[in-house]
Amino acid sequence: MIKHLLSRWIQHITKHLDQTLFGMLLLLMLIGLIVLYSASGQSAGLMAKQGLNLLIAFSCMCLFANISPQRLEIAALPLYVLGLLLLVGVTLVGETSHGARRWLNLGVATIQPSEIMKLAMPLMLAWYFAKREDAIRWSDYLLAAVLLILPVGLIAKQPDLGTALLIGASGFYVLFFVGLSWRFMLGIGLTIAAAIPFVWPMLHDYQRKRVLILLDPSQDPLGAGYHTIQAMIAMGSGGLAGKGWLNGTQSRLDFLPERHTDFIFAVFGEEFGLLGVVLLALLFLLIIGRGMIIAANAQNLFGRLLASSITLTFFTYAFVNMGMVCGILPVVGVPLPLISYGGTSLVTLMIGFGILMSIQTHKKLVSS
Amino acid sequence: MFALNNSQQEQRQYRIRLIIASVLILLAFGTLLTRLTFLQVLRYDHYQTLAENNRISLVPVVPNRGLILDRNGVVLAENFFVYTLEITPSKAGNVNQTIDELAKLISITSNDRKLFNKFRQESRNFESVPIRVRLNEMEAARFAVNNYRFPGVEIRSRLFRNYPFGKQGSHLTGYISRINEADLSKLEDNDELSNYKGSDHIGKGGLEQHYERELHGITGFQQVEVDADGHAVRVLANTPPVPGNNLILSIDNKLQEIAEQAFGERRGALVAINPANGEVLAFVSMPTFDPNLFVDGIDQDTWKMLNLSRDKPLINRPLKGAYPPGSTFKPFVALAGLENNKRVPPFSISDPGYFSLGGSHRYRDWKPEGHGHVDMRRAIAVSCDTFFYGLAQDLGIDKLTAFVSHFGFGKITGIDIDGERSGLLPTPAWKQKRYKQDWYAGETVITGIGQGYTLVTPMQLAYATAMLANNGVGVKPHLVSSIRDSVTGVIRPLPLETLDRIPVSAANLELVRLGMTDVTQPGGTAASIGAGAPYSIAAKTGTAQVIGIAQGQKYNASAIDEYHRDHAWFIAYAPADTPKIALAVIVENGGHGGSAAGPIARQVMDYYLLGKTPVKTFPEAEESSGVTVPDIPVETPHD
Repeated sequence: MIKHLLSRWIQHITKHLDQTLFGMLLLLMLIGLIVLYSASGQSAGLMAKQGLNLLIAFSCMCLFANISPQRLEIAALPLYVLGLLLLVGVTLVGETSHGARRWLNLGVATIQPSEIMKLAMPLMLAWYFAKREDAIRWSDYLLAAVLLILPVGLIAKQPDLGTALLIGASGFYVLFFVGLSWRFMLGIGLTIAAAIPFVWPMLHDYQRKRVLILLDPSQDPLGAGYHTIQAMIAMGSGGLAGKGWLNGTQSRLDFLPERHTDFIFAVFGEEFGLLGVVLLALLFLLIIGRGMIIAANAQNLFGRLLASSITLTFFTYAFVNMGMVCGILPVVGVPLPLISYGGTSLVTLMIGFGILMSIQTHKKLVSS
Repeated sequence: MFALNNSQQEQRQYRIRLIIASVLILLAFGTLLTRLTFLQVLRYDHYQTLAENNRISLVPVVPNRGLILDRNGVVLAENFFVYTLEITPSKAGNVNQTIDELAKLISITSNDRKLFNKFRQESRNFESVPIRVRLNEMEAARFAVNNYRFPGVEIRSRLFRNYPFGKQGSHLTGYISRINEADLSKLEDNDELSNYKGSDHIGKGGLEQHYERELHGITGFQQVEVDADGHAVRVLANTPPVPGNNLILSIDNKLQEIAEQAFGERRGALVAINPANGEVLAFVSMPTFDPNLFVDGIDQDTWKMLNLSRDKPLINRPLKGAYPPGSTFKPFVALAGLENNKRVPPFSISDPGYFSLGGSHRYRDWKPEGHGHVDMRRAIAVSCDTFFYGLAQDLGIDKLTAFVSHFGFGKITGIDIDGERSGLLPTPAWKQKRYKQDWYAGETVITGIGQGYTLVTPMQLAYATAMLANNGVGVKPHLVSSIRDSVTGVIRPLPLETLDRIPVSAANLELVRLGMTDVTQPGGTAASIGAGAPYSIAAKTGTAQVIGIAQGQKYNASAIDEYHRDHAWFIAYAPADTPKIALAVIVENGGHGGSAAGPIARQVMDYYLLGKTPVKTFPEAEESSGVTVPDIPVETPHD
């Protein structure tokens, strides 16, 4: 009897999981744990914590996979408004740490409203364009741009450049897939290029430094360029086959900073070499491909826009992190998804995958 | 404009975009792999060489922690080097087996193992973790001979903290202990983490915590050439650490000793202040604990014993103990009555032994037959309850609390130790919020004698007493009077800060002070305390109830569990005309203020003003159970 109930219950939960995606995510996380064990200096405490993080993230994914896209549509506007209000709250009364104001103390818990925005932004824009589906005009793009720039600006001001970039990208992807004209995109590109001389003086010192160091890391080998140089040495000395698990000298001898968080990819590259990196990149590509297929097969505009935005945001995470570790992108605080140690962004990412699964598995039978 | 109305056309457009996106993604990954091939294949030799030569490591050099000295230069906290035996788990192979082998050479207790495992969990695998601290020369030598048998095990010399006076003044100094995760995240939040690279310990509690920034110093760095195993071969560059600064306290360590000894086995607190400048002269919390226990990492059993003890030795009573003030509240209520013109001398009452509220409810005086004819001065001297019941009733609760709050009640004094409690000055608004109940008139009446909801800390009461002694001017109490810079040797006095200044009339203040001086004169409630003193003492006794005694019942100390007996209060300043010391004493469950807490105060004042050390037998003569002391009028509890 109990056994029967339990199997019914499991069946009920797994009904909305996409098995292909689920399997690949599980594999990626397993690789993450293996690298983390090495990167953390074989710390059992850290492994236990990350295990708990993964458990929470998986539960959140299952939860969201079981929420139908129709319900998500209803939640889009309220969630966006809430996220925006909390972001304004952070600007006014947020808690400062490391010179950045990102947290809001609600008495019971401290939250990071930008995480809410990571989900609310694609939801909001996808919902908006789906609602206007039959008559999308240029004024809709203008409104969408305002909806996009407002939170991104607030987050960039905190300052949290990495998160601002990710949220900006997730919103832009919706615009791209809804059919933003090429000429318009070219115009924006040129405007940004023209704005650089004006924005440059407004950046924070450390942000400017990061861009300059990207152009020439050897400028400041013991200071801001240290991260990049040491990461490149780690990657490069890994060679084709790597130095072997737990044998990375760069990480073991304490040369590589932030090696269990943002720079964990360098540990991976050092210990598993180019072969390992190619296999990891392939796994990322497969996950992205599965996301694209789900997007392409979605039943309505909302589902298509949301699924493709989530998938491309995941790609952005991975690409920006790997790019910064191997020195082709500036050092912005973006973790390697599902591999870096940490709970907050992990949960948000897995909720995203939950939503993808929900879009895939909540199809209605309609004649087209 | 791409305004598309046709759903099929729109879907086709979407597909095209999806394909474009896929191509871009593949291009991005292609770029990445090209870059990685460049790094890992083409430039492999280059980076391989760099990694091989990557041998310049920054090694932190921990600064010496600042000392804590009393006002006469007596060292209360110092540093010393000890040999520790440490294991680096990643190099040691089978750690448990290594420890078993080590145990054959030098003694390693099960407790040492427990601590080792705890520390190991908190640190990374390539960091060394102590298995034994405080090795003696013999043990160090015995290990040195066998060192070759133990890869990954080494003897290190580390700086430890020592508190030479042990239990004495431990709540004052606090202690240091190993940095835990909570400390780490706090350091990270304050951007101080880099200064703690290499530091094992951080201040916890007391001055060690409050002045952590002064005491810790600035970590130095050595650029060291390391071999492939990470061992230092050669020092290339050196930035020496800057030692922490020394704290010079206002505390007189001898006075502290006398005060603590005067408590004997009893629980309680004492704070003595120089009223003119807020210098804290003695800061006692009894019972105490030995801060040295925490430095190496305290073992579970001792920790449990300290933490669960009914006597609560870890509680910093002067700051965290909130008690009803009892009759020590009366001088402040008296001043409130005078300043609000509710009692204008020569106002007096005839005390029948009770106060009647609205004709129905009677509030008893501690003296059943009453005090007879009582004016303000005598009301303080004999601690007449009836007088203060009526005064509080006429004044009203709002005016009463508004005035006495000037003395610092209901808010922290801001002394330089963290975690102070603010006590409580009740008002009808507070009661409505807290209990959702109306304020009763009777609650105003008993507030007049310091009973009811009112709570004060010994620190607050000492501060308020110092204000009375200093003509209504309150200087922020502090334990550290100056800081000596470890590099320049310059002594920097910390600025004095005037917190409160009550615009009180000199005549009113004088009247209250005369009443308090009468307390220690024949006929006063603490006449025995003043007896034989070559200086005059202004004082007030008090009793704080622990459990309620029903009206009509008699308080019988011997019939009540010791922990339910009343707390004994005593506040005083001396010499009464030119005050040099003000203090507040509480003896928990001591019974009567005059007999239990008064003698402690007298010993402290005798030493501070006369340099007289007490005769050993004095405190033992009056145990906490001493209910009756013949020939001396002693206040008995109310209600």
